[in-house]
Amino acid sequence: MKHVVIIGNGISGITAAREIRKRSDARITVISGESAHFFSRTALMYVYMGHMRYQDIKPYADDFWAKNRIELKRAWVKSVDTAAKRVAFEDGGTMAYDALLIATGSRTNKFGWPGQDLPGVQGLYSLQDLESMERDTKGIGRAVIVGGGLIGVEMAEMLLSRRIGVTFLVREDLFWGGVLPQQEAKLIGRHIAEHGVDLRFNTELDSILPGADGRVRSVVTKSGEEIVCQFVGITTGVSPNIAFLKDSGIACDRGVLVSEYLETSVPVVYAAGDCAQFRKHPDPERRSVEQVWYTGRMMGATVARTITDERTAYAPGPWFNSAKFFDIEYQTYGWVRNRLMPGQAEYYWEHPDGRLALHLVWNEEDRRFIGVNAFGMRLRHEVFDRWLREDVSVDHLVEHLREANFDPEFFAQHVKAIAISFKRNSAMHA
Amino acid sequence: MSHKDQSISIAAAHSGVLDGQQRLALALTAFGVLGLFVTIPMESIPGRIPWLLACLLLMSVGAAIYMRRSYLSRPAGIRNDGVWHSRLSARGAAAWVLAIVLTGFYVLLYFFPAQLGLGMDGEANRGIVALFDPLSRVLSGNAASQWFVYGALYTFAILAMGLKFILKHRHSRYQIIRTCSVMFFQLGFAFLIPELLQRLNYPYHNFANMWPLNYYFFDEWSVRGLLNSGGFGLFILFSGVAMIFLVSPLLTYFFGKRWFCSWVCGCGGLAETAGDPFRQLSDKSLRAWKVERWLIHSVLVFAIVMTAAVVWSYIGDGSGFFVTRGMLTGLLALVLGGLAVVALVRPGMLKELQPAVRWGLVGVLGTLVLVAVTAWIGGRSQLFFMEAYPLREWYGFLIGATFSGVIGVGFYPLMGSRVWCRFGCPMAAILGLQQRFFSRFRITTNGGQCISCGNCSTYCEMGIDVRSYAQRGENIVRASCVGCGLCASVCPRGVLKLENGKPSARLNNAPLSIGPTGVKLEL
Repeated sequence: MKHVVIIGNGISGITAAREIRKRSDARITVISGESAHFFSRTALMYVYMGHMRYQDIKPYADDFWAKNRIELKRAWVKSVDTAAKRVAFEDGGTMAYDALLIATGSRTNKFGWPGQDLPGVQGLYSLQDLESMERDTKGIGRAVIVGGGLIGVEMAEMLLSRRIGVTFLVREDLFWGGVLPQQEAKLIGRHIAEHGVDLRFNTELDSILPGADGRVRSVVTKSGEEIVCQFVGITTGVSPNIAFLKDSGIACDRGVLVSEYLETSVPVVYAAGDCAQFRKHPDPERRSVEQVWYTGRMMGATVARTITDERTAYAPGPWFNSAKFFDIEYQTYGWVRNRLMPGQAEYYWEHPDGRLALHLVWNEEDRRFIGVNAFGMRLRHEVFDRWLREDVSVDHLVEHLREANFDPEFFAQHVKAIAISFKRNSAMHA
Repeated sequence: MSHKDQSISIAAAHSGVLDGQQRLALALTAFGVLGLFVTIPMESIPGRIPWLLACLLLMSVGAAIYMRRSYLSRPAGIRNDGVWHSRLSARGAAAWVLAIVLTGFYVLLYFFPAQLGLGMDGEANRGIVALFDPLSRVLSGNAASQWFVYGALYTFAILAMGLKFILKHRHSRYQIIRTCSVMFFQLGFAFLIPELLQRLNYPYHNFANMWPLNYYFFDEWSVRGLLNSGGFGLFILFSGVAMIFLVSPLLTYFFGKRWFCSWVCGCGGLAETAGDPFRQLSDKSLRAWKVERWLIHSVLVFAIVMTAAVVWSYIGDGSGFFVTRGMLTGLLALVLGGLAVVALVRPGMLKELQPAVRWGLVGVLGTLVLVAVTAWIGGRSQLFFMEAYPLREWYGFLIGATFSGVIGVGFYPLMGSRVWCRFGCPMAAILGLQQRFFSRFRITTNGGQCISCGNCSTYCEMGIDVRSYAQRGENIVRASCVGCGLCASVCPRGVLKLENGKPSARLNNAPLSIGPTGVKLEL
């Protein structure tokens, strides 16, 4: 019987394991040093905040794996021997495979700041990160978060839920300015400040200083200001977690290099999720390393087909993503870049209360709809997916926006206001 | 070593830690509650009216301060911080104490009302029942009963905790309107109108309630009482029957069972307001779901059999009732025939049932038919070969009092706020069957946006594992769903929406495909 070994029990590895089980009778082993069972990584923040317990963020009951004959191995992988087709574990012992899927996710980026390895300084990615954050924030008064992105804002929300003051250092002049257009970045920045976060733009970390107890005492910014704190959250992005592949002979760059079939340079070895890097992404609009829950899930589903002898190329369809910044939900379909590309036109609508917004981008020449950002408004995925596949015009979209509304019943409808001001805006530019 | 930083604290924390204001507020509320309960052993209470008003005022002010501090000090949004860190909401010591106190109160209320001070055999009330005499006289003109005390406290709890729920969910118009609705129906239909009816010498009746939840509606005393109350009594009788056979199926078809369970019903009203802090305690396991289905449908069968037997026992030849046993048998036959027709018209419905459930259904129906036929032919005085009154007594004791009251509310802090609604309520069972097979209501899942976080399942008071559907991109159509909308509220990614739409498109077992290769996200 063919033995498929999967390193990593995150969304990519687990999706692959489940799909392989549906499609074949192969023996499947999922290896993880991080946790005994699959949990929803995106929900770690809710455990800290007390919205849920750890067992509540596990999408499947613990007996699910045995029922589906998916073997679980709790160990850290030290190295992979592709010639012998074996993986070796940190605590000794090896395991043979017939097919190997690398789905080891990411690790927190650190940029060599002095003091970055002090106790009380950490990112937030793994279960171990959550545990150390729980331990190191007990009864403290202030934390500093470095890096303005999704994990940073989640960390801020977590800390505030325990009445820990938060100073948020953002290198750029806007929040998440690498991704969000400035209107949305300002909206979110306002909302973060509304929650009492001390948000500081154009501020860079220089070093982290220890106290007498050997723990973090303060951070110093590039401008020389010292901020006293007892915890530092590093949220300056993540990169593929592939150090253990150093001598494996598997070709890596930033991540494990894969073809569009998620095959690595070595036969019967595959990679999916955060740790994979496409040599040439099948969708030229996308980044070669995709660090998103949804793409991890799709890659897992795709590579499962390839592993079960139905070679399938990764074809993720129209881009979508979502997040929540404190109380404001964000959904995006298609592409809204942080700056308008040549040949594109845009329309931005914001509600007077400054918490709701809709940003449309289309092709100026043929008015083909390209992408949408929605803040504080829920949109129907299915409808936008269809519109993006069918290349509808932005005018058609605005006309039928009601169809795509996914807000709860009785919520104020802004469709009419948006349509009217969109048309007025179009007439002005005509 | 603690580092306190006073420059920031803009809000109270919820992580199981209360600040001074919140502690003060809870202390005021506790004094109010204590003020009510210390009267239980008293023979006579000095200054009943100011005493009662002082207690209600203390509880109201305490609740108001607590809400303001907990919710209005922060921007509107989902605030479940610390729910699993608090001993009260995470089944800790405080929860057990509360559960014991509540259960004890219910035992006294249902089985030992004299201990609360109810005057027996024409004696004047004492204790807490006497405390409510003045209020009862204002409303109905009569002295208070233990049920009046209970109704008044129940209404107060729904109003105060309803306001708390509204503040907590003030960003959601669905939650605000729904909560206003349960507060309105409790205050008007369940509390004030029945009391005022008595003042006008009409039978006590809650128009927003119906059989089988109102299981004594067809008791002989109830029916005779209505028949003896002239035109208005007849109106109540007919409206009660119309509610069962016409209004409720229609509303459930259009809106799902939520129109009743989380918008109108008193049990649901308490669960959604006072019970809200405990909603996360409902068991989400498959085992619990299996127990739920057998238990709730058994109670439904029990309620139908009991009612049919009771009615059978008092109608008949020369009883003076318009309805005869022949008519009742005819009605039973009509209902069963209707079900058979439905099964023929929509065979798909039967396919959706598990074989065990299907055979259970066939067995129950067959038995009912057989017994009805033998009773009709044999002309026996007892339907189902059972004495109707012991059956009625047992139902009242086991289901009406113990299950819906003592366990239903007493176990809030241990098993969540919908123990009765989920495992016992025969009304919920009927509406649930209809919601599952003939309704426009469903919870729609938003394509592939689910991150499997688990907030929806955790905060589902009915113990539905919402996530298991959402992560597959499947719509949710479940008999037990009361449509409270919390799953959609707590979802951080906007994945769930309660909707009424075409019945044909309710079950979308074709999740979003990804890419032209058609790799389906069937997780």
